[in-house]
Amino acid sequence: MKVSEQWLREWVNPQIDSDELVEQLTMAGLEVDGIEPVAGDFRGVVVAEIQQAEQHPDADKLRVCQVTNGSEVFQVVCGAPNARAGIKVALAEVGAVLPGNFKIKKAKLRGVESYGMLCGADEIGLGEKSDGIMELPADAPVGADIRCYLKLEDNVIDIDLTPNRGDCLSVAGLAREVGVLNKADVNSIKINAVSATHDDIHEVVVDADGDCPRYVGRVINNIDATAATPLWMVERLRRSGIRSIDAVVDVTNYVLLELGQPMHAFDRDKLQGAIQVRMASEGEKLTLLDEQEIKLTADTLVIADNSGPLAMAGVMGGAATGVGSETKNIFLESAFFKPTTIAGKARSYGLHTDSSHRFERGVDFELQRQAVERATALLLDISGGEAGPVVEVVSEGKLPKWNTVSLREERVKSLLALDIGADEIVDILKRLGLGVEEVAAGEWSVSVPSYRFDIAIEADLVEELARIYGYNRLPVCAPTATLTPKPANEAKVSIKSLRRVLLARGYNEAITYSFVDPKMQAYFDTSDQGIELANPISADMSLMRTSLWPGLAQALQYNQNRQQQRVRLFESGLTFKRSSAGIEQVAKIGGVIAGGRHEENWLEKTESVDFYDVKGDVEALLAMGGAAQEFTFVAKAHHALHPGQSAAIMRNGEEVGFVGALHPTIEKALGLNGPVYLFELSLAGIEQGVIASFTELSKFPEVRRDLSILVSSSVELSAIVDGMKASAGEWLTDVRLFDLYDGKGIEPDHKSLALGLTWQHTSRTLTDEEISEFIGNVINSLEKQFSAKLRG
Amino acid sequence: MQSFLEENTMENLSALVEQAQAAVEQATDEQVLEQLRVQYLGKKGEITQLLKSLGKLSAEERPQAGAKINVAKQQVNESITARKTTLSDAALNEKLASETIDVTLPGRGHCCGNLHPVTHTMERIEEFFANMGYDVAQGPEIEDDYHNFEALNIPSHHPARAMHDTFYFDAHTLLRTHTSPVQVRVMEGEEPPLRVICPGRVYRCDSDLTHTPMFHQVEGLVVDKDVNFAQLKGTVEEFLKVFFEKELAVRFRPSYFPFTEPSAEVDIACVMCNGEGCRVCSHTGWLEVMGCGMVHPNVFKSSDIDSEKYSGFAFGMGVERLAMLRYGVNDLRLFFENDLKFLSQFN
Ligand SMILES: [Zn+2]
Repeated sequence: MKVSEQWLREWVNPQIDSDELVEQLTMAGLEVDGIEPVAGDFRGVVVAEIQQAEQHPDADKLRVCQVTNGSEVFQVVCGAPNARAGIKVALAEVGAVLPGNFKIKKAKLRGVESYGMLCGADEIGLGEKSDGIMELPADAPVGADIRCYLKLEDNVIDIDLTPNRGDCLSVAGLAREVGVLNKADVNSIKINAVSATHDDIHEVVVDADGDCPRYVGRVINNIDATAATPLWMVERLRRSGIRSIDAVVDVTNYVLLELGQPMHAFDRDKLQGAIQVRMASEGEKLTLLDEQEIKLTADTLVIADNSGPLAMAGVMGGAATGVGSETKNIFLESAFFKPTTIAGKARSYGLHTDSSHRFERGVDFELQRQAVERATALLLDISGGEAGPVVEVVSEGKLPKWNTVSLREERVKSLLALDIGADEIVDILKRLGLGVEEVAAGEWSVSVPSYRFDIAIEADLVEELARIYGYNRLPVCAPTATLTPKPANEAKVSIKSLRRVLLARGYNEAITYSFVDPKMQAYFDTSDQGIELANPISADMSLMRTSLWPGLAQALQYNQNRQQQRVRLFESGLTFKRSSAGIEQVAKIGGVIAGGRHEENWLEKTESVDFYDVKGDVEALLAMGGAAQEFTFVAKAHHALHPGQSAAIMRNGEEVGFVGALHPTIEKALGLNGPVYLFELSLAGIEQGVIASFTELSKFPEVRRDLSILVSSSVELSAIVDGMKASAGEWLTDVRLFDLYDGKGIEPDHKSLALGLTWQHTSRTLTDEEISEFIGNVINSLEKQFSAKLRG
Repeated sequence: MQSFLEENTMENLSALVEQAQAAVEQATDEQVLEQLRVQYLGKKGEITQLLKSLGKLSAEERPQAGAKINVAKQQVNESITARKTTLSDAALNEKLASETIDVTLPGRGHCCGNLHPVTHTMERIEEFFANMGYDVAQGPEIEDDYHNFEALNIPSHHPARAMHDTFYFDAHTLLRTHTSPVQVRVMEGEEPPLRVICPGRVYRCDSDLTHTPMFHQVEGLVVDKDVNFAQLKGTVEEFLKVFFEKELAVRFRPSYFPFTEPSAEVDIACVMCNGEGCRVCSHTGWLEVMGCGMVHPNVFKSSDIDSEKYSGFAFGMGVERLAMLRYGVNDLRLFFENDLKFLSQFN
């Protein structure tokens, strides 16, 4: 909320400067976003009158004006279309300095001398750009300094109020708060009832009295809707960020700013029958003041007449009954709508108004009649007219009550760790306008005034005490707690250590959005298990990722587009899937690599990464828990991966991840420089390891024998190793592939493997005969199982 | 020679030693030294030969002369050994010199990658609180309305909801807008005393220069008997000093969060300008870094915790914001572009 400091100080004027005031508000929880002078930095501009305005001899668009400042007459050339004799204007005399250090000098415009400049509002930092000059009221005193005349030594204080402080959304409310903080008196304006000069009333029927427990209205006849709003009011509205429209609207806006009561004026001659306050019927239509037609929902409170809805209660009026320049008679509305009725309504129609903003947060439910009186008085002053009697429809039983909250000194002490003392507690509460009644020693019953919607429980009172006492004066202490040992799970691998493994292997960590482009996701997941956002930021961020791959692929693309040759990225985070069990949110860790195995270097010609690079990285992750032997890589197709280079990672028969080469078709579609390798593992599937268990070291020598065999290309190494383990006897300790060859000299569709087998007995030396027997068994079994042939 | 030596055995011994030593000094390799050894000390060596001439001496003179010859042999032998050492040292030095490499050439193998600065920052935050005895709790990112709002004292149509631009899936399912729902889940599942932090991704339907639709928060919660506002202040101040590794001014401003009462915003003296005022702190000298407060009794009520018996505090911070301040990152959006040139700056 924007407020003029001058206006505020008219209500309460503590002996502190602007900076202190701002600091004080901020530290009381009314955060000041900024403070700005209400006008630009200028001097030498005075109120003047155009006595004569003639066409410039050589320029169609220029006028030559004779302008008086009361003591002298100057010739001023002016380009504004509204420059004419008889009006009062702002004259920047020769020697004046306008904002931006723009100095006014004697000048010649198309051959005619000009002594000064007639200012537009924007030229002295008073408003928006317009093509005309500022027209001052007829009674503006010629010769007066504009800064004095318009009271421009003022600041706009912009306060970012939290939603609980609806009571501060007015000058009156802020003044109340500043008064409390400074122990200063508040000079509230005197509001006198305006007596009715006729009996004309407009009937009001409140159906929804729970939503609108108080409705105050008044007929005012024979106004001059074209009367100009006085400059002081226009200026105050402007300083609060509200543009002047016409006298009636300006007055209702002024009362809204001054007292915090949103009001509305209907053109009474356009009303058909009684005012009805009721819920809308589903689908009823209403054209709002801003000319947009909306379809109402049944939970919307409306002000209606026999013709249908006229206004959305507490949000915005309708176009049909709005006040215009021809309006003669008006019906003023000042109501209390329940916060819960208005809350969220404006937003559900894509609206947000000063009125809805206040009603949502709570408007003083005892303010309506005063607001009507204040508005009537202001309006009669400006537009004339005759006020009728005030009509008030009220359901006392449905109005909010003054809350009563009990407060214990003990509680204040224990929550704030401070003994403020009973006297100070009572003093602060009373200054805040709360009713305080002592019910026992150190225990009070506190009643909350009608404007505070945010005090309902004891904790709210404790906050008020802390706030006024000063948060920064409250004690600070180190937290204490019993030290309780935490259960540990040694075998569980932390995500932290998994990340470190990948970092050490040259990966950088990426963080990509959890929502992805459905087109991107479709490359990686053809199921329809993706979960769509109802209100995405954009279509390309509308689908929750089912895999980390779309985001990683996009990050790869981004970097390759920026000339990065070698990319290794990983990410960890949740993936989201709809399943029969509901929404599954699965934590995964995944990576992508492309480009050189190493950075370009002088030691070797670096080759492009291949499947075994990414597999090595995965194996390093799987080894972290010490349960590497539980994992197997099984060739399995994945539609995003190269059919010949993809493997499911299995643990005890369960799939825990995938690794492979990105399918060349996808690679091409995404414009990636391939080959690209990907992996993804479910964290739950890999994080649980095993606790290490010691095996006795054998003192007896190891024996190694190497075998070179020829098998069909389709035989997988894992099968051969399994076969060897099964046939090599119980003392086999290691099988190692140390060469693989399928080039020249090898039969087609075959490969040659060289394997080293190691045996070691725990309690004696194995004999040559035993080893020969083991080897023999291995060879036999390989021949039988895989038709393997021994080489060399 | 022979006759000369025979006649002048003792007189010439020293000359012979000198001659041998001079030859040893001239020798340039081990082979020559070996030859000299044979020449002088071998079985038929020139010095050895002298021993044979001892017979011509008197029995009294013989032992003395023998001892002298042995001394001479020893001298020559030592010279040879010394020369050998000199030669092999020189050879080794020469070999080593020839093996000199350019140690400024890069080493072999991968260089390490980097943790994302957001993760790095979260890990630092987690570490601080883990050291203070907090557990780390995780929760779902697709949340229900109840845990994200209702249980946190934010009923539907509460104005505070307007401050959370929420991503919805349907009327009841949404992307969590803060990490506070994890608080609720912890309180539902465990009995006090509780000390947890909940780090994670959160989402708001907002995207511009200073907002990304996804960002990270760390939420903290302490529930116990006699937990008070002073301890909250102490915890937060201590954390900020440790995080920024310096003594810095911290201030608490009253604020509003539906799930805490009293509530506070926490400002620190601007770390960019030390409180002097700069663009980053909008010339106020202060930076808003956290929100916090005492747990609202309504929040306790939804988790069946007796607010007369227990009290608690909660705090929450934006990880990107802290990372930006800590490392001087000036554009929030860089965090999610994953440009290697950005990522590789955070070692
Ligand atoms: Zn600064």
